[in-house]
Amino acid sequence: MNTIAESLSVALAMVMHLDPRVTAIVALSLGVSLTSTLCSAAIGLPLGAAVAIGRFPGRDALIVALNSAMGLPPVVVGLVVYLLLSRAGPLGPLGILFTPQAMVIAQTVLIVPLVAALTRQIVDDAWVEYREQLQSLESSWLQSTLTLLWDTRWSLLTVLLAAFGRAASEVGAVIIVGGNIDGVTRVMTTAIALETSKGDLPLALGLGIVLITLVLALNVGAHVTRHWARARLG
Amino acid sequence: MGDAECGGLPIAASRVDVVRGETQVLSAVDVSIECGVRTFILGENGSGKSTLLRVLHGLVAPTRGSITWGGSGLRPPRQAMVFQRPVLLRRSAAANIRHALKLAGVRGANSDRCIENALERVGLASLANRAARVLSGGEQQRLALARAWALVPEVLFLDEPTASLDPPSARAVEAIIRDIHALGTTIVMTTHHLPQAKRLADSVVLLHAGRIAEHTPAAQFFNEPRSAYGRAFLEGERL
Repeated sequence: MNTIAESLSVALAMVMHLDPRVTAIVALSLGVSLTSTLCSAAIGLPLGAAVAIGRFPGRDALIVALNSAMGLPPVVVGLVVYLLLSRAGPLGPLGILFTPQAMVIAQTVLIVPLVAALTRQIVDDAWVEYREQLQSLESSWLQSTLTLLWDTRWSLLTVLLAAFGRAASEVGAVIIVGGNIDGVTRVMTTAIALETSKGDLPLALGLGIVLITLVLALNVGAHVTRHWARARLG
Repeated sequence: MGDAECGGLPIAASRVDVVRGETQVLSAVDVSIECGVRTFILGENGSGKSTLLRVLHGLVAPTRGSITWGGSGLRPPRQAMVFQRPVLLRRSAAANIRHALKLAGVRGANSDRCIENALERVGLASLANRAARVLSGGEQQRLALARAWALVPEVLFLDEPTASLDPPSARAVEAIIRDIHALGTTIVMTTHHLPQAKRLADSVVLLHAGRIAEHTPAAQFFNEPRSAYGRAFLEGERL
């Protein structure tokens, strides 16, 4: 019990005093997860909107595939990306295995289905409501897509926050493709796993506090944003 | 009435059938909407009024038969529609009109002037920057009319625009419809409200079970309907 209390006390001190080890790991984590969230937004938002508005053969199958892919096991994604980026893999010549870029790719693969599937659902609901009005205004497919994405932006922001949360708290994929190299690819989740196994509980706890605070702040932010938007824009 | 522009008129439906699943919504409908006329489509619930309105606007394609606008099979651009429940974007009142104008290719100072005029005409100038979806039901419907008006349509389609409004709001909407018509826009409207049709209509299309029971001048329809169904309908009876 004392060990836990002491570790927690040291962890809090590390966080409060912005311990360089903690800040370096947090900075890399944020950089990788933010980048992968932006990449997933660039792919998932238009993909989800296109599936919502478009009517094409195989649409239902694609929706089921996207929904199913939301539950992709991170270690499997990590393994696939590892095989693609390994020296013998098709993307081996890029030479980015065990770099933050590889971690961004793995996280992006992991959260694109989440962004696309939830965007599809949100835009689909809006399309049911707006379809006739937009068709009456002779809005093209592209114009309708952009209109719906803009009009559902606050709900989509929540989706992106959820995607960022999943990316930031994921460990399986990034440890496989990043290698958990100190100062290079060590992020919060992989560092927590490693430090716990080494018995360095204060650092693991300190990073855990930051991670939980971050996820909590994201959820509070999403909640406040949604309520603010509903009150202001109806 | 002002000078009507009628490039996309008459709208002629010829032997139009609309079938949805197992249901025959419209059967062999022949109707022509003439330039500058206020045509009201009346009928019981489920008689096909809203579907016919959408066919005439080009939102619903006939299962069989044909529809032409000014002799062309292509829907002309200068049409607008106002729905029973106004569909407004999550933006300000002014931004809703700006969006419609942008889709119609009107931008910049022209757009600003159109927005200002349209909001002024429907009495919403002071609410230009208010979020559209927090306006009252009556204000939302007036905004939908302002959006349609800003497009200067040749034809304005209205699907029961006062159905969910209180009497003062409904009268305000009626006044706006009169003003839009006075500037030369052809009106095609569905309603359940017979006194309203009597006040506003020039011509009445009465639907019964997806078929046209009669298409007569409004004055004649309300004084001496041609069909037995028309007489029963006015007396509130079912046939």
